[in-house]
Amino acid sequence: MDFKLRRPLEASSNASSSMMSEISRNLKPGLPFIQCDSTNICYGARQEQSFSEFPPPQVIQSRGLYAREQKTETKSQLEPSSAVNDLVMDWNPRLMLSNLSFLEQKIHQVQDIVRSIISQEGRANELAAQQQLVTADLTYIIIQLISTAGTLLPNIKNALLSATPPVGQPGVMANLPVNASQKQHEVLPMELAKASEYDELIKDLNSGGEGDELIKCLNNSVAEVSESIPIEDHDIKDYDDGLDGENLPPGSYEVLQLEKEEILAPHTHFCLICGKGFKRDANLRMHMRGHGDEYKTPAALAKPSKEASSEPAIIRRYSCPFVGCKRNKEHKKFQPLKTILCVKNHYKRSHCDKSYTCSRCKTKKFSVIADLKTHEKHCGRDKWICSCGTTFSRKDKLFGHVALFQGHAPAIHMDDAKVSGTSDHAQVGETTNGMVANMGYNFSGNASDDAQSLDIKDVDDGQGYFSPMNFDACNFGGLDEFPRSAYDVSESPFSFLSTGTCSFIPRNGEN
Amino acid sequence: MVKSRDLCRGIDRSDGFATLTLDLFSGSPNPNPCSYSRSAKRVRVSCASPAAAAAGENRSNLFDSLSEEVLFLILDRLESDPLDKKSFSLVCRSFYAAESRHRRALTPLRSGLLPAALARYPSVSRLDLSLCPSVTDAALASVGGALRSSLRSINLSRSRGFSYAGIESIAVNCAALVEINLSNATDLSDAAAAAIGRARNLEKLWLARCKMVTDMGIGCIAVGCQKLRLLCLKWCLGISDLGVGLVAVKCKRLRSLDLSFVPITEKCLPAVLRLPHLEDLALVGCLSIDDEGLMSVKQESKSLQVLDMSNCQHVNHTGFSSLLSKTPGLRQISLAYYCKVTHSLASSLQKLYNLQSIKLDGCEVTTSGLKTMANSCRSLGELSLSKCSGVTDEGLSFIVTKHKGLGKLDVTCCRNITDLSLASITSSCTSLANLSMESCILVSREGFRLIGQRCHLLEELDLTDNDLDDEGLRAISGCHNLCVLKIGICLKISDEGLIHVAKGCPNLQELDLYRSVGITDIGVMAIARGCPLLQIINLSYCTEVTDHSLRSLSKCSNLNTLEIRGCQVSSSGLAIIAVGCRKLTKLDIKKCYYVDDAGMLLLARFSQNLRQINLSYCSVTDVGLLALASVSCLQNMTILHSGGLTSNGLAAILVACGGLTKVKLHSSFKPLIPKPILEHVEARGCVFQWRDKPFQVELEPSEVWKQQSQEMHV
Repeated sequence: MDFKLRRPLEASSNASSSMMSEISRNLKPGLPFIQCDSTNICYGARQEQSFSEFPPPQVIQSRGLYAREQKTETKSQLEPSSAVNDLVMDWNPRLMLSNLSFLEQKIHQVQDIVRSIISQEGRANELAAQQQLVTADLTYIIIQLISTAGTLLPNIKNALLSATPPVGQPGVMANLPVNASQKQHEVLPMELAKASEYDELIKDLNSGGEGDELIKCLNNSVAEVSESIPIEDHDIKDYDDGLDGENLPPGSYEVLQLEKEEILAPHTHFCLICGKGFKRDANLRMHMRGHGDEYKTPAALAKPSKEASSEPAIIRRYSCPFVGCKRNKEHKKFQPLKTILCVKNHYKRSHCDKSYTCSRCKTKKFSVIADLKTHEKHCGRDKWICSCGTTFSRKDKLFGHVALFQGHAPAIHMDDAKVSGTSDHAQVGETTNGMVANMGYNFSGNASDDAQSLDIKDVDDGQGYFSPMNFDACNFGGLDEFPRSAYDVSESPFSFLSTGTCSFIPRNGEN
Repeated sequence: MVKSRDLCRGIDRSDGFATLTLDLFSGSPNPNPCSYSRSAKRVRVSCASPAAAAAGENRSNLFDSLSEEVLFLILDRLESDPLDKKSFSLVCRSFYAAESRHRRALTPLRSGLLPAALARYPSVSRLDLSLCPSVTDAALASVGGALRSSLRSINLSRSRGFSYAGIESIAVNCAALVEINLSNATDLSDAAAAAIGRARNLEKLWLARCKMVTDMGIGCIAVGCQKLRLLCLKWCLGISDLGVGLVAVKCKRLRSLDLSFVPITEKCLPAVLRLPHLEDLALVGCLSIDDEGLMSVKQESKSLQVLDMSNCQHVNHTGFSSLLSKTPGLRQISLAYYCKVTHSLASSLQKLYNLQSIKLDGCEVTTSGLKTMANSCRSLGELSLSKCSGVTDEGLSFIVTKHKGLGKLDVTCCRNITDLSLASITSSCTSLANLSMESCILVSREGFRLIGQRCHLLEELDLTDNDLDDEGLRAISGCHNLCVLKIGICLKISDEGLIHVAKGCPNLQELDLYRSVGITDIGVMAIARGCPLLQIINLSYCTEVTDHSLRSLSKCSNLNTLEIRGCQVSSSGLAIIAVGCRKLTKLDIKKCYYVDDAGMLLLARFSQNLRQINLSYCSVTDVGLLALASVSCLQNMTILHSGGLTSNGLAAILVACGGLTKVKLHSSFKPLIPKPILEHVEARGCVFQWRDKPFQVELEPSEVWKQQSQEMHV
């Protein structure tokens, strides 16, 4: 439903976002992202506007094509205030309030420590340790204060910015095709030709005459990547529905209910400085290291839950916002969900469209991408089949199913004709799709262009096909020299692109 | 359809039939007065008919006037002997038609006869194809088409050559089918099992040795045939816990389940024991079940009555004890082999109030264990301790004095028991009907005297390889109800003792005198005269037996099995047997050197029911062998070292005998017989066994043989 509607917008915005986050990092304050969802053209225009204040090379760097050390230096200097940009979008007085109260608490703690120092003078070694503790705490408080205060800054700057007229920069154009309408595609080769280091790429693009396709592909891939990010959730399933065995008496726990939008937001942990979103707070802490040495202390890197556990633990359980669901707190036989992850997966599985279709069997649909991944691992290898058509990868599961349902019986292959039949079909499919023979089943499957069924693997294949060798190299070759610390730990070449999407996520949630 | 020789014999016997009908109605006046009152008049009509025939009146008209109801009543009384029915059907057309409609069970000799038989007998409900080695899919399809809803039972246990398609046609067409025996169908796969699953009303299913059937197949059966009451999965090596578990979930009416030698573990046992009606469970040779597994089973079964856990090598008394405590309703248990009968096991029997039968063959038994067992059980009816080590007079005496109701006792090879045991057995177990004490060599004349004196109800007695003499035999002849007497390898007995038996045991049906060399024609003659019901006699290696014995035995018209290996008999003696004993089905004349073609010709002429013959060492040539080809029932043949035989003659008989299923030949013939002929015969369902035994002319004296065989044992 809203997913489809969101797609094109997301695709473009995601593509651009890589650059956007760079921009923000480069001390260009407050791009008016909120407004840019209106149309692509409008969006492009706004970008030009914002780019007007950038020196061109930096913009190119933002695409990852250049990686110059000097840039990293400037960047790290400017980092703290770049958070501003992102916080503007969802400046939240409540968040600030909680931040402040947290700081208050922290200050009280420091006071306690100092008091204890006063009361027990003389013991040198203890004193040293306590002093260290106090300084650490104080620095933390200072940083927090600054960042909290910083959230207010962009509001002012934003107002200033909107007043200044946009100035076009030639270098900016290189980025535009990626983000915006295809009319600008022709510009891309021309502009890039100036960059001598990327002759090769341009040759490829020109000789193939497939500039458009490359861009399309890039757009697609970016879109896919952004969708396929939830892969990280693989292990989440293990926690899911973990409560079923639990029998907490009602009232013995606190029930929280997240809103639908919160649940569907891809990220739950956001960088207070740059606003980048993460699925896990561990990843956020890794990310924070890039914002300065103060985040590299063991205390900052430690799991915050330990702190929380020192306080009297209140058992928290979650309620599904869907009224009528058994997991909803209004339900008579309410069964709470144990963690936020449980909530997320439950909500997606039970109350969302199953929009991820398996590219192989084209029948199985999933709403949680991790489920699709799990399915794809054994799709086509299910040899235990029930007479009702359900397939199982394990014999005992089939027999459990047959035992449960009246009239279902194990289905027996009369011979292996069936198996060979499907493989024939696969080959036919490949050839009719006009794909290169060795493309692999996976790719041929999605060549039928159901964009929604694409996943990362497919995207890889696609790139391999459209730009045989260089695409990867030219786009991400520079990544090694690029200041990685600013990004999430990149697991795939696309993490570069995908990380950019995060700044848009809160807005998506509001849609 | 009716072969000329059948007709000929039918005419031969039609006089006999006339008297038979008379006998029937004069001998048993009014079996069921109430319901038969109306037909009583008609009975008189049928009584009158032979008289009318004698008067030369129009006989067929009179027979035709009998209503079908009456004919059916007559046929009901002819169930005992199939030949009588054949004769009946040959009397006249109406009788023939009545017999066709009356017949419910059909056992065709080969599948070639099936179309004709199905056309003649439209209402057959039980079809036994175990004599047809080769049954094609087409034949099964014709069965399904012809019998439709009348077919209730089909036996394909000895047949090959069909696939799942044939089974499917039966399962789909015959809605009333309740029994299928597919044992030994080793090449049938899950597809066949799925076909069986379409027989929704199936109640009994045997799949022994269907090794290709897997869990998937048995799953289809479990889902399809939910009315199953009996399921035999013996030796189905492809089936595991999952399949059995599904059967236990789906087939709630199961009463009898045989899982012997199936690679199951204890995991499926809870589901199996949860079956509400399960009475009979066999877990013979389930090697994956062990003590720990059995102890982990917590499910109880109140309904289980019969448990067979023989040969479970990894289960010991702890496992058994645990399981027995979960099955309080047991009546029979068999724990043969690999089980130690200890005190704890024996005391776990205490809660089995209904226990009647225990089989502990080949177990290690202690005296204290036996005593505990005796105290734990209420009243045993059957006890088998055959080949148990450690059975002593003390233990055995203790148990028999506690269980006076014993009807069956097996102490085979309990070599330590003496007259003391016999004294307590005979004094306490007066109702003993079945006693097996083969190789109890310490039992003396006194023991046998006690048996004869006290066990008047004894019906079966096995005294093979005992220290039995004429005096003992005389004592035993006091058991007037004896039906089965095995006194082989009793070297001390002679004609004198046998004459006593002949006088004392008129009901004797089976007599084994294997290698009891003191026997001569006089003893056999006495038996033949005194025991007219004799069906089975084994005179092998009684070297004094000659044609005279055969002449006297020919009077025993019920004789069906005759073993006279190494006897001094000739063709003429064999001929007399062939003429006299028309029911002869098994004949062993190995090492009867004087039997030649003449004997074979007469045998072929008269013994049309012969199924099995051993002709090794006989002086039979191609001519005699070819004559045997006219015996249409012949299935099993052993011919080793017959001097006059050529490969061509052998090939000819192999082709001529259409019903052969098993042929044992000397391996020297294998290359001489044309391969296409062998292949053709094998395709018909015949199995060849090629033996390479050395030629051995002279018989060693029985004393020497016994010595040798005992040395082999030790």
